[in-house]
Amino acid sequence: MVDIAPVPRRPSRLRPLFWGVGSGLLTLALTLLGLLFVTFIIARIVPIDPLLSILGERATTAQYEAARLAYGLDEPMWKQFAIYLWDAVQGDLGTSIRTREPVLSEVAERFPATLELATLGTLFGVITGVPAGVLAATRPGSISDQVVRVVGLLGYSMPVFWLGLIGLLVFYGKLDWVGGPGRLDASYQMMMQFQMEQYTGMILVDSALNGAWDMFANAISHIVLPAALLGYVSMAYISRMTRSFMMNELSQEYITTARVKGMPEWRVVWVHAMRNVLVPLITVIALSYAYLLEGSVLTETIFAWPGLGSYITDALFAADMPAVLGGTVVVGVAFVTLNMLSDILYRLVDPRAQA
Amino acid sequence: MSLLEVKNLRVTFATETGPVEAVRGVSFSLGRERLGIVGESGSGKTMTGRSVLRLIRPPGRIEADAMSFDGVDLMAASEREMRALRGNRIGMVMQDPKYSLNPVMNVGEQLTEGLRRRDRIGRTEARAKAIAALEAVQIRDPERVMAAYPHELSGGMGQRVMIAMMLIPEPDLLIADEPTSALDVTVQAEVLAILDGLVRDRGMGLIFISHDLRLVGRFCDRILVMYKGKVVEELEAKNLAQAQHPYTQGLLNCLPRIGGARGPLPGLDRSGDWAKEGA
Repeated sequence: MVDIAPVPRRPSRLRPLFWGVGSGLLTLALTLLGLLFVTFIIARIVPIDPLLSILGERATTAQYEAARLAYGLDEPMWKQFAIYLWDAVQGDLGTSIRTREPVLSEVAERFPATLELATLGTLFGVITGVPAGVLAATRPGSISDQVVRVVGLLGYSMPVFWLGLIGLLVFYGKLDWVGGPGRLDASYQMMMQFQMEQYTGMILVDSALNGAWDMFANAISHIVLPAALLGYVSMAYISRMTRSFMMNELSQEYITTARVKGMPEWRVVWVHAMRNVLVPLITVIALSYAYLLEGSVLTETIFAWPGLGSYITDALFAADMPAVLGGTVVVGVAFVTLNMLSDILYRLVDPRAQA
Repeated sequence: MSLLEVKNLRVTFATETGPVEAVRGVSFSLGRERLGIVGESGSGKTMTGRSVLRLIRPPGRIEADAMSFDGVDLMAASEREMRALRGNRIGMVMQDPKYSLNPVMNVGEQLTEGLRRRDRIGRTEARAKAIAALEAVQIRDPERVMAAYPHELSGGMGQRVMIAMMLIPEPDLLIADEPTSALDVTVQAEVLAILDGLVRDRGMGLIFISHDLRLVGRFCDRILVMYKGKVVEELEAKNLAQAQHPYTQGLLNCLPRIGGARGPLPGLDRSGDWAKEGA
């Protein structure tokens, strides 16, 4: 009998998970601090005088001075930042200069629209991109590989605003298959605002929860085109990455082992290789999701989508710095949260990452 | 009747600069015995082993005048028929368990996969069989190894798992492709002893592929020596010292001997006609 060292008992899979969340929260705090700092500095550096946009150009010097004191702009820069930080921690992102509304409530109204669109877009990208990438990887050089390559290249290189306009022209203007710009038809818009219980701000979810299925269908018809457009861009990226990850895994020796065991090809690809492909793919999907969440300004503009991207752009053009800062902070929170989630998922999928 | 019959096997890879012949006309037959295939890197020994399982991926192509396993024509068999042979009747142990085991599946899952998916055996029974297989390769704590992931195993342990996995369906033929090259010398001996015992007990045929001529000489009944895709010599292991071919003699002379003269080892003399292109 030969002597063999025993296998060390593995700690629970959940413990490193808690670590992941803990360190993730710390990262979140640090990242947001940095983000606030950078956006705050930028807001001060840009040659835009927020007071002028509040008071108008014809304000007297005395009025101007009074406003400067009232808004605390005479304080030293570090103190202004400290005040901003303290308020932000308490959930006060300031008041929008344009609308005189609290930035937080405005952003809270806009963010669900972006979330809904980005989620659906990512879903579309994953559902089409992953199988397309696998198809291309299992038959490199074949017709299907070429088709996936060309379709993907088009997704990369065609300007989104052009695709969006053509899409609207064809599917809304000519064929009338989908709803036009906006999240709902005007009549449903009123209904949503005044008759429905609003749970999440996401129309698809809220209308379903209210059991208003005709409104749900209407919302689908409005979101399908912009979501498909965003999904196309994300599909282009995801399919390319899936292809290269999959080709790499399929050349590994453990794939030969699976074949030696007599496993059918679908199981070799979709179970043995796919579970390994998922490890890097999770990061790719999370990144492309975050990219869509950051606000696809062009898409939101073309489709009159009242999301975060168009909110920040409008605010920027109106020199509404509190709104720009607030929007940026929310995007930052979403970004870091997604990263944290993908980190946790990654640990669940790859046993080697749990050490 | 022999278990495996190979006549004039050729493996070619189509590359941009024309076809590359990895195996150029190899013939041998195998009963329930232990056959060693020896040769240097690139001699075609691994490709010969994988051809038997028809596991050469495109752009590689397998051709042979005849290749049959226990009456089944391997050249004419459908992919479905091949899958029925693979794992079930022909197994293969590869060089390095670090790469040949799936890194994200635990050992138990990989061991029972064949039983559960192909043979449709229930979870409990498959698990019991897997544990018995781990015990057969002298793993003392099979329960724990079942729950482990490949990166948590040592090389020797990983190779035992690999052997156990291939022996679960009790195949008639096992192809061992440099099964100990990635292991420490002390572990090599243990793994070889385990492999030897199992092959003897179960009366399997074995193709043992290695670059280590002396190891193969000790371990096998018969030896094929390959060079540049061809069999240059076939001989009984016990007659190894009387090898005729200059390549085989060269390989034997390259090995140091304890107590032998010190100084540089002789290199392989490739000036003879046998080493010329197209020979």
